[in-house]
Amino acid sequence: MRILIVEDDREAAAYLAKALKEAGHVVDQAADGEEGYALAASSDYDVLVIDRMLPRRDGLSVVSALRKDGNHTPVLILSALGQVDDRVTGLRAGGDDYLPKPYAFSELLARVEALGRRPRQAGLETSYKVGDLTLDRLSHTVERAGKEIPLQPREFKLLEYLMQNAGQVVTRTMLLENVWEYHFDPQTNVIDVHISRLRSKIDKDFDRPLLHTIRGAGYSIRDLAR
Amino acid sequence: MTSLGKFFRTTAFKLAVIYLGVLTIASGVLLVYIAQETASAMRDQIVETVDAEISGLAEQYRAGGIRRLVGVVDALSRRPGASLYLVTDFAGNALAGNIQGISADAMAGANGQLQRIDYSRIDDNARLEALVRVFEIKGGFRVLVGRDLAEQQFFRVVLAESLRYWLVILVILGFVTWIFVSRRVLKRIDAMSATGRRIINGDLSERLPVDGSGDEFDRLATGLNAMLEKIEALLYGLKDVSDNIAHDLKTPLTRMRNRLEGALREGADHDKAVYRSTLESAIEDCDHLIRTFDALLRIARVEAGSSDAEMTTIDLKELTGEIAELYEPLAEHEGSTLSLGEVQPLTAKGNRELLAQALVNLVENALKYGKDPATGSAKVAIAVRREGDTAVLSVSDTGAGIAETDRERAARRFVRLEASRSEPGSGLGLSLVQAVARLHGGSLELGDAAPGLRAELRLPVEEAGAN
Repeated sequence: MRILIVEDDREAAAYLAKALKEAGHVVDQAADGEEGYALAASSDYDVLVIDRMLPRRDGLSVVSALRKDGNHTPVLILSALGQVDDRVTGLRAGGDDYLPKPYAFSELLARVEALGRRPRQAGLETSYKVGDLTLDRLSHTVERAGKEIPLQPREFKLLEYLMQNAGQVVTRTMLLENVWEYHFDPQTNVIDVHISRLRSKIDKDFDRPLLHTIRGAGYSIRDLAR
Repeated sequence: MTSLGKFFRTTAFKLAVIYLGVLTIASGVLLVYIAQETASAMRDQIVETVDAEISGLAEQYRAGGIRRLVGVVDALSRRPGASLYLVTDFAGNALAGNIQGISADAMAGANGQLQRIDYSRIDDNARLEALVRVFEIKGGFRVLVGRDLAEQQFFRVVLAESLRYWLVILVILGFVTWIFVSRRVLKRIDAMSATGRRIINGDLSERLPVDGSGDEFDRLATGLNAMLEKIEALLYGLKDVSDNIAHDLKTPLTRMRNRLEGALREGADHDKAVYRSTLESAIEDCDHLIRTFDALLRIARVEAGSSDAEMTTIDLKELTGEIAELYEPLAEHEGSTLSLGEVQPLTAKGNRELLAQALVNLVENALKYGKDPATGSAKVAIAVRREGDTAVLSVSDTGAGIAETDRERAARRFVRLEASRSEPGSGLGLSLVQAVARLHGGSLELGDAAPGLRAELRLPVEEAGAN
């Protein structure tokens, strides 16, 4: 993926760029809002990572200017502000996702990859398939190896989100945000328990596991046999 | 000089001056009115008396002619307290009467008109004033009948005198009022400013004097004292916080630093695995610090009455349902139970994220600290009920609860009660709940669930249909 990092803290930007390159991405950097806007407008990126507070031009204004130009490249906004509705203002300006600083790199990587691989017209597929596991969004049914698996509504949503991002790492916070629509950091392993319940339904009685725990990052649903 | 100047600028002085002015004008108007009314009444009476005498004399004259008239006048003139009489012949010589020194003009206008004249008593030369009527009768005789005006003048003098005395009394009264008011009011205000100065100088335990009279100064002092109470609590809270920040942030920082330094010092002897584990635990320490810091910031934001928090109508039944569903598997995983008790369908105006966070903190606390000591598991129940205009979200457990004396302290920042010290946590959970409750115009109350703790998040109900 081609990623543009717009961040004025050079050390943070350099670290981020290095880590993203190690994860196999192509990275450009801009140190202020004007430069970031010029780069984002002139070339084609898969994801923009934009800090909210930038010299010369504020991060949010860069995003809204890009959106006004008809540029719909997914944007991840980084912010060190601690306002209660910081996220809301960030998303209203046209951001697609929001990550408060300081963040774990694994969290940022998971979010950037989720944004970059997200189909531009999201949510149009009617069913997902990973290995022999299928999820039908219209009939709200889940089958594995031809056998229907009954799921609670929330478990269905959880699996749906995981399968939508099949092959990618999904963090606990991403799950809480997208499945439960809450944006706080749970202090306990609430999400893990939900995952293990889901796992006991879709993996337990089958030959190979599809739902994997990625240590230090989160979860991923993928068929490793392929 | 300045103190005198200050005295004249006081409210008490201004009030006294206004009071004096109003009273003076009012009494002046009253006195003038009384004087005029009385004078005209007296004059009327004089005229009436004079007229009655004239008609009496006329009768005598008709009966006995001038001779009889002179005789009667002569007799009347000698009575004590008599009216004024004078009978003259055509040449102006007095034939009878008790007055003298009447001007010729006065005697000339003998047409019965009322006139005011100067005269003297026969036995006295002092000039006096009188109201008289003069008639001419056959033969050039003239008859004067009148009354002395001394009584009326005396009355006028008395009135003027009393007005003067009254003014003096007023001024004295005003002065006394001024001194009383200024002494009392100034004393209290000065006491208030003095207390204020002592508070500014750092003695926060000072309170304004309340004398129990319930007057406006008492009310003002009571209000200000309540404010001081709050400020003191906040400042002590702040002091507590800085002490605790020092402890709760510095301890993990020190630990992390020691760990990193240790790894560096013994660097050469370590293999990569040890380095790795050192770094991993350093990151863990960092994460813990970040969480604590975030929680602090969040509390500060919420307490500052975050105007940026978007308030919408929150279905409390839905909210508690979602949180219960989110935490139920975790509770079960830990061998505890989490259940929804009676949940009334209520709505409140609020910020969904903050309310959810507050509820989550209560639930996490209940699961962590609400374990029954005998079984090692917690029975947590969430309920929503209505009490008047208040929606009460309660989270109760069956653990050891919190002693009544500790309840108030429990919600303070970084306060971790003895029983919870062994568990991981920042001591900020309940502080945030309390801050969120206050932001929503509600409160956090800790009670006894017998056994266990009942934490209640109280919010103002938003009536269905109201926006």
